[in-house]
Amino acid sequence: MHDKALLRAYRTMRTIREFEERLHSEFATGDIPGFVHLYAGEEASATGVCAHLDDHRDTIASTHRGHGHCIAKNVDVKAMMAEIYGRTTGSCHGKGGSMHIADLSKGMLGANGIVGGGPPLICGAALAAKLRGEGGVAVAFFGDGGSNQGTTLESLNLATVWNLPAVFIAENNGYAEATAATWSVGGGSIAARAAAFGMPGRTVDGFDFFAVHEAAAEAVERARNGGGPTLIEVQLTRYYGHFEGDQQTYRAGEVQQARNELDCLKRFRDRVTGDGTLTAAQLDQIDAEVARLIDDAVAEAKAAPLPTRADLETDVYIQY
Amino acid sequence: MARSISYREAINEALAQEMERDPAVVVLGEDNAGGAGAPGEDDAWGGVLGVTKGLYHRFPDRVLDTPISESAFIGAAVGAATRGLRPVAELMFIDFMGVCFDQIFNQAAKFRYMFGGKAVTPVVIRAMYGAGLRAAAQHSQAMYPVFTSVPGLKVVLPSSAYEAKGLMIQAIRDDDPVIFCEHKAMYDTVGEVPQESYTIPFGEANVVREGGDATVVALGRMVSVAEEAADELAQAGVQCEIVDPRTTSPLDADTILESVEQTGRLVVVDEAGPRCGLAADISALVAREAFGALQAPIGTVTAPHTPVPFSPSLEDLYIPDAQQVAAAVKSVVDWKR
Repeated sequence: MHDKALLRAYRTMRTIREFEERLHSEFATGDIPGFVHLYAGEEASATGVCAHLDDHRDTIASTHRGHGHCIAKNVDVKAMMAEIYGRTTGSCHGKGGSMHIADLSKGMLGANGIVGGGPPLICGAALAAKLRGEGGVAVAFFGDGGSNQGTTLESLNLATVWNLPAVFIAENNGYAEATAATWSVGGGSIAARAAAFGMPGRTVDGFDFFAVHEAAAEAVERARNGGGPTLIEVQLTRYYGHFEGDQQTYRAGEVQQARNELDCLKRFRDRVTGDGTLTAAQLDQIDAEVARLIDDAVAEAKAAPLPTRADLETDVYIQY
Repeated sequence: MARSISYREAINEALAQEMERDPAVVVLGEDNAGGAGAPGEDDAWGGVLGVTKGLYHRFPDRVLDTPISESAFIGAAVGAATRGLRPVAELMFIDFMGVCFDQIFNQAAKFRYMFGGKAVTPVVIRAMYGAGLRAAAQHSQAMYPVFTSVPGLKVVLPSSAYEAKGLMIQAIRDDDPVIFCEHKAMYDTVGEVPQESYTIPFGEANVVREGGDATVVALGRMVSVAEEAADELAQAGVQCEIVDPRTTSPLDADTILESVEQTGRLVVVDEAGPRCGLAADISALVAREAFGALQAPIGTVTAPHTPVPFSPSLEDLYIPDAQQVAAAVKSVVDWKR
């Protein structure tokens, strides 16, 4: 990878981390309404995959844990923060919230409050891309929980039957809410299910940006060239609970170990500074810039106006 | 130029003319291309009741068969709509909404609002509804009240071949998600239909017949049942005004209310059930907005609150008929305090 691409990837991962860590602390103050599901710890997945996508022709669909995918697909960070605070300046003018951030102009077809909601939509986005013939691809992110939904399994089948330019990214963070993936994923491997649908399936280490990046490169390339869909199981750990406020009594201390020993940002930094590709100062500068961006995003979100009665009944339909 | 064609042919012609006009229109559904991969002739079926037959040969890249995976392909139609296509997806029997409803009511219907007015999802979902073919409880229901209750969806109930063509062309051109409900017992019903393309706007009821004694609001196939009743009543000197809303969402409340203001009496005829349906909905509308005009309690004729029965003797009792409509009209016309 070129230095510029590496710096960009680091900035994306750092932005996601900072965004989520800040939400974690802000949520504790009670200022943020509703449910928030944080992506901290999983940054290498969204970043490694979306590094291969462009805004114009490529589409992604995300999950309830969607902030990282949005940031990696270039959705405006300040608009995202404002959306989470329910403000008119938000990505969805305050009508969607954390679970429904979308920006179709960036090919971001939405976070999704329904587990398994995205894969069918991505089959459609891939069909549209295929008929348009510009080499566009569509990527469905879902979790280990979503991998057990019928919608996901139907979509894997349909993607093969229609030979769609689709990539399925199963982010296995070990838990569907509080239930262990080792218990809920029949057969034990999400990636192994790919074979039954006639597509390549592989498992990658989700703490390793470079591993995700390389696996996604192959899958996206294959889709762009008419080779059909791929399923990638990214194995990772979420640093926080299913939602903010989750006491995580079902877990057994693996988070601290992951933060200390496996963290994707640390590993990235160690590798690129260790081999002399980038300097610590370059990365430190990004850290500082991102911290300022998130500070500004929170301050601006808090100062932005809330929607009013005039907004309540608008945008239900395009034509009434 | 108008000629007589069937309800089925009218829908097929609308699809063909729109596919000709707009390359973004794609048709997909089980057997819509006619049985992909099967060893016999292609375009064998054109959907289970033949509505899309012939389209595959004219537009081979834009008519797609699907696996029996309603969640995946209805969802795919929705996703494709957000990315620039205008898909017309066939759910086949409307009863199958149960296996894919999330993609309709949580995804398609909500994108516009939930994404702050920035999503455009011009998908049409065609679905057969209605009793009369002895198809029993899971292939005969009139489920459109459920869709009508969902903000963000438009719901269309064509009552004739003419209506079917004009409303389908409108549905395809409309930028909102549309549930297009085709009565399966009407596919062979023939009517005058212009050959050229035309649209019928949503939310504009059709006053099928004028009359001063009672307003009869009837939906879908019930329009012809109401007409039969009105013919019978006319011989007894009772003149019905029949209003066909055409779309239950949006609903043309003004035309219904104006008619009741004139007649003072209302009967709503619906093949769906009595609970949380269009009969209850329209009755509430009129009671709320035109109470002063009413000269009698509102009458409703609906299917009973039961699953659709199989045995012909029971199914015939289940479906509202002209005698029930005529009796309901007489009852409101003769009502005395």
